[in-house]
Amino acid sequence: MAEAHRRWVRVSHWTIVASFLTLVVTGILILMVHPRLYWGEVGNDLVPAFLEIPVSNNHQPDGWVPTTTFSEVPGSPISADRTYFIFNENGWGRSLHFLAAWFLVVTGLVYVLTGLIGGHARRNLIPGVRDLSPGKLAQDAREHLRPKGELQAGPPYGAVQKVLYGGVVFVALPLMLLTGLTMSPAVTAAAPTLLDIFGGYQSARTIHFFGFSALVLFLVVHIAMVFVTGARRQLRAMILGK
Amino acid sequence: MSEKRIHRRTFLKGAASSAGLILAGCSEYDPPTYGNILRMADNLTYKTHRLLLPDQALAREYDYSDISASPAIGTTNPADPEKSIYSEVQGPIYEQHLRNEFEDWRITVEGSVMQPRSFSLAELRSLPSRTQITRHTCEEGWSAIAQWTGVPLHHVLAAVGLKPSARYVQYRAYDDWADCIDMFDALHPQTILAYGMNGRDLPISHGAPLRLRVERQLGYKSMKFLRSIVVLDEFDDGGEYGNIQNGWSWYVGI
Repeated sequence: MAEAHRRWVRVSHWTIVASFLTLVVTGILILMVHPRLYWGEVGNDLVPAFLEIPVSNNHQPDGWVPTTTFSEVPGSPISADRTYFIFNENGWGRSLHFLAAWFLVVTGLVYVLTGLIGGHARRNLIPGVRDLSPGKLAQDAREHLRPKGELQAGPPYGAVQKVLYGGVVFVALPLMLLTGLTMSPAVTAAAPTLLDIFGGYQSARTIHFFGFSALVLFLVVHIAMVFVTGARRQLRAMILGK
Repeated sequence: MSEKRIHRRTFLKGAASSAGLILAGCSEYDPPTYGNILRMADNLTYKTHRLLLPDQALAREYDYSDISASPAIGTTNPADPEKSIYSEVQGPIYEQHLRNEFEDWRITVEGSVMQPRSFSLAELRSLPSRTQITRHTCEEGWSAIAQWTGVPLHHVLAAVGLKPSARYVQYRAYDDWADCIDMFDALHPQTILAYGMNGRDLPISHGAPLRLRVERQLGYKSMKFLRSIVVLDEFDDGGEYGNIQNGWSWYVGI
């Protein structure tokens, strides 16, 4: 009997699981240090936020000395000194985030290249035109929500699965990589186009957050479906291949 | 049992350092990792950036109208003994400088240079200056755009004459914080010793009288309240006063 998941798929899957979970935890840790999101290039405690996430009390409007201006001219830029201690574990949080990112990027590249060359991506990840018809997607979604007994583990995948897996591999994760790189001052000095594409450093950070939210939502649905369709068999298939 | 533990620890150390050698290449000039896998990953990022981004491209510069509000964090006055980061030795010296408005303030530039010397503010101002409107990006996640005026570090290094063996530029501040950058960043046209901000003298909370600007790295490389510069042949970020031993990445181009 053919393997439910081939070995290179299983090894990449679990390497990516470890990297992804590390990225999620450290990403939340990094967000907690400054849980405010903005649009454009600039965003800090002295300007209004586009969105505030209630994950830490690091934003304290009264934790600053009164603002001063740089000149008497109206509209002069302002400054203020922070007077309180903030929660900040970025010393290891950021470095662990990038260590995990290295594992994800290297594994992801090997996975995508192998998948594109060997046909795995075309067969199982990239939805065909027929997969994308609303009727087909709705029917497939209904079948997933009310499975008749345990479903077979591994490919062939239904239309919804292809859209989700293909979307994660070819849209969401590359977007996370690019918005992540847009937050790097060394990278954007060499490739300022990234700042134009995403509308600035803070916009890239905000898109990175929404990408994170979408990926975590995918993870929740993915794990739920593993349980709905038989966790024992699904895990066996992804660990042992049978 | 304890013997086994030691063995295991030795093994892990050996494994970790050999992994580090593979990760970071193996040069005696590299930033130390102290066997910490996170610092090995930092070095991997550093080396990859230096390999893939070899040009002295300029960080984006903005228009005057883009200048924004600028928070001041970390040390906002080295003379304030109430602050968590305060130097018993340097704090009172800084207070003296505050009192006579940096009249006698001088910064020493020494180490692997032909003619070590010190510079007063007036002497730094008499060197060619550069004004740039750039984005300050903090590791915390916030950003601000400000206009900085100062002397490019390469002019100062040319004035003292670099020895051929020079590889790093170390700098120390009045709150005792220390750090260093490699020559690639030190000689970058936008790496300046800034004495002006948004058209006026550098305010105290932003690092008066002189701070560094390293535009291709995050904010904490742009040290405030500079008091000395030492050109080095080998890596030394100040040890216990530097970032690595305090649990932070030395390279923050990311």
